[in-house]
Amino acid sequence: MKHSVRQEQGVSIVELRGDVDLESSPDARKLLLDCVQRKMPVVVDLSGVSYIDSSGIASLVESFQLARTKGSEFSLAAVSESAMRVLKLARLDTVFKIHPTLKDGLSHGG
Amino acid sequence: MSPKSSDTQPAVIKVRNLVTHYGNRMILRGIDFDVADREIMVVMGGSGSGKSTLMRHLLGLETPTSGTIDVLGQDITRLNTVQKAELFKKVGVAFQSGALFSSLSVGENITLPLAEHTKLDRQTMDIMARMKLEIVDLAGFENLMPGELSGGMIKRAAMARAIIMDPKILFCDEPSAGLDPVVASALDDLILRLRDALDMSIVVVTHELESAFKIADRITVLDHGEILMVGTVDEIRNCDNSRVQNILHRRSEEQIVDPDEYLRRLMTGRTEQVTVA
Repeated sequence: MKHSVRQEQGVSIVELRGDVDLESSPDARKLLLDCVQRKMPVVVDLSGVSYIDSSGIASLVESFQLARTKGSEFSLAAVSESAMRVLKLARLDTVFKIHPTLKDGLSHGG
Repeated sequence: MSPKSSDTQPAVIKVRNLVTHYGNRMILRGIDFDVADREIMVVMGGSGSGKSTLMRHLLGLETPTSGTIDVLGQDITRLNTVQKAELFKKVGVAFQSGALFSSLSVGENITLPLAEHTKLDRQTMDIMARMKLEIVDLAGFENLMPGELSGGMIKRAAMARAIIMDPKILFCDEPSAGLDPVVASALDDLILRLRDALDMSIVVVTHELESAFKIADRITVLDHGEILMVGTVDEIRNCDNSRVQNILHRRSEEQIVDPDEYLRRLMTGRTEQVTVA
């Protein structure tokens, strides 16, 4: 399954799917960075992600940092339990804005 | 899962009837050995017990005389070099010495496997390395050279490199050897955190009983190339097999050897198995 981008309520929604690992994370990274370049609020919907490794999380970190330099919003939604454990281990749960669901993310404007 | 039981978990490592010789000498004598998914298996044994040889076989560094070694579902005794290299991308190893390249910075050491095995962007690699350094409590040390690190920090950096590719299995060779108790205990905590957060199976070879009892789901006790016992911490702690207890408590061979066997060994040079009730 391919990742995708769509816009709703003035927010770019990046929907990542399947495994985001050493093989596939470069595609996710490119999509995320391209999206952040548009200076719109971004919500990354992780509900369709079955596995995300640290290369995928590194891509999220890089995109988040780029969004900050551009002054735009960047948040994560529907983070799986396993991904949350990795974020917590690296203390990144205190860095990212994390919404329980995509709907919640959209209601907060990204 | 209950980390104390491997009964319901698929094995990520399955060794059957592993026999290996160095010349005419039998080093491993029909080893059966399983490690379950998300299990921390500690391997203990004295010098010459075969634990290092077993580890080298599990890492595909040596070919056995006979037997099978399934790692993540593939019998590595049947794989060619390329297939083995592909499989072992999912396996991390933290060597006893750290095995860091002294001419490379800590960060360069940690990203080395990524540079060798992936096509990730440099920025991604650097962020991954910093994340792993955060995890092993070495944040901000990426630009130091290995020679500038303490023994405990070298072990942590080696751990960071071992997990940089998010391995399914992590091997740790004597992770707390030579460290003071506080640093050793912190490394034990790190091993437990890694298993819990990264869903890894971990094989630890150690002499340190306290460490083994703290981290192990199960302990395998090796002696003279054969498995004396496999059990949970409680089973091992409470077992009444004197050979097991002597090995765990590192009592000298002279204390446990059968006098007749010792004399025969001195006279003939034969190294037959000591039998202790």
